[in-house]
Amino acid sequence: MLKKKKWLKASLLSLLAVILLAGCGGGKSTDEGKEGGSKETGKDVLSQVKDKDEIVFGVKNDTRLFGLKNPSTGEVEGFDIDIAKALAAEILGDENKVKFKEVTSKTRMALLNNGDIDAIVATMTITEDRKKEVDFTDVYFDAGQSLLVKKGSDIKGIDDLKGKKVLAVKGSTSSINIREKAPDAQVLEFENYSEAFAALKSGQGDALTTDDSILYGMADEDPNYELVGGTFTDEPYGIAVKKGNEDFVAELNKALKSLKDSGKYDEIHDKWIKH
Amino acid sequence: MLDFSILTENLDMYLLGFKNTIMSSLIALVASLILGVFVAIMRIAPIKPLNWLGTAYVEFIRNIPLLIITFFFFLGLKLSGLYAGTLALTIYTSSFIAEAIRAGILSVPKGQMEAARSSGLTYGQAMRLVILPQAVKIVIPPLGNQFINLVKNSSILAVVAGLDLMYHGDLISSRTFVVFDVYIFVAAFYLILTIPLSLGVGYLEKRLAKSN
Repeated sequence: MLKKKKWLKASLLSLLAVILLAGCGGGKSTDEGKEGGSKETGKDVLSQVKDKDEIVFGVKNDTRLFGLKNPSTGEVEGFDIDIAKALAAEILGDENKVKFKEVTSKTRMALLNNGDIDAIVATMTITEDRKKEVDFTDVYFDAGQSLLVKKGSDIKGIDDLKGKKVLAVKGSTSSINIREKAPDAQVLEFENYSEAFAALKSGQGDALTTDDSILYGMADEDPNYELVGGTFTDEPYGIAVKKGNEDFVAELNKALKSLKDSGKYDEIHDKWIKH
Repeated sequence: MLDFSILTENLDMYLLGFKNTIMSSLIALVASLILGVFVAIMRIAPIKPLNWLGTAYVEFIRNIPLLIITFFFFLGLKLSGLYAGTLALTIYTSSFIAEAIRAGILSVPKGQMEAARSSGLTYGQAMRLVILPQAVKIVIPPLGNQFINLVKNSSILAVVAGLDLMYHGDLISSRTFVVFDVYIFVAAFYLILTIPLSLGVGYLEKRLAKSN
């Protein structure tokens, strides 16, 4: 009898644990339901940015040419970084009024919606699905998905992927695209580009797929690898802000336009993208 | 409330991950137990070089992160994610299991061994018939801890595309843009594994205590 009771207690306890967890989930999602901008004040992101006189950008730290942490200086460098600084110069009048937080393809949406960052400038493609979750500015960079292979590989393009292992990064559009364009390939997804590239180098896959802009950075780092087959998608990059902040989007678009008009955009583009 | 459509719409992915997590955990559990017993024996056997070897193994393995061991098998030995993760899990856990077992054996009073030896048993017999049966009872609770840790640590497979529960959770989350709910269901699947394991260990503990 006593033993039975003990078992009952144990199973009740575990049930309770599950319910508690489920309860947490519930609480969180109702929280998310309360839209309305920034983390503490409930103000929209633009006025919050102006109040604190600083924009917090979510940027990649592992993507050559776009956002890469320079180990000797500890600074993040790349096209996205320079664009973010130039935007801050347009909006707040000083390119140093920026703060960079590292994001990955996997974490960026959650960080934005939590209010940890004000905007994402992290090689982020504008898609219809993502437009439901966040607001995008105009296109600030045109990329397209391609394949990176070891020189001499028998993969010459997207049609040669049957039965091959293709490496991608979790949370990127390229991992979804490749499943549609090459349904016979096995797709393995990694946390970030450096891990995916390390896996390619160690022979864990036959090709790595993502935007050509990022792949050029890898080919630049290791000349034993090359891009093949051109691009098979269009990947327009946009700057993402939290849903419902039209003012901030308009301000960013205005700043982007004036960067393009003044020639500053081309200057940054040519500094990083050389192909 | 929790969005159960996440679970139902991605059930095949959750289940595939769950299956691989169970497989990897089970293999690692059995293999690390065997390996752990061997290393524990090496550490207490009355042969000095074996002691050193066992100590070196334990101190080396348990003091480096599981992630690095996993990367070693994945990038260095070029095993697939599932195999690399399972092997790393086995090696890593075996060092903790070896320590738990060694501690259990050492906690049996010295007089037991002396009495067994002086009644004519060999070292091996004394170990097998007198010391180990007593040590088992002491070892069960810490072993249970290690097994539960092992199941949770199996989420390391996600990092090397090991197709486990966590890996599929990551994929579902990146497809649906839902973070919290997706991982709540992942946690629930882990609980399905770990709670019976906990209860099983508790049951064993009680059974063995009664036989005392």
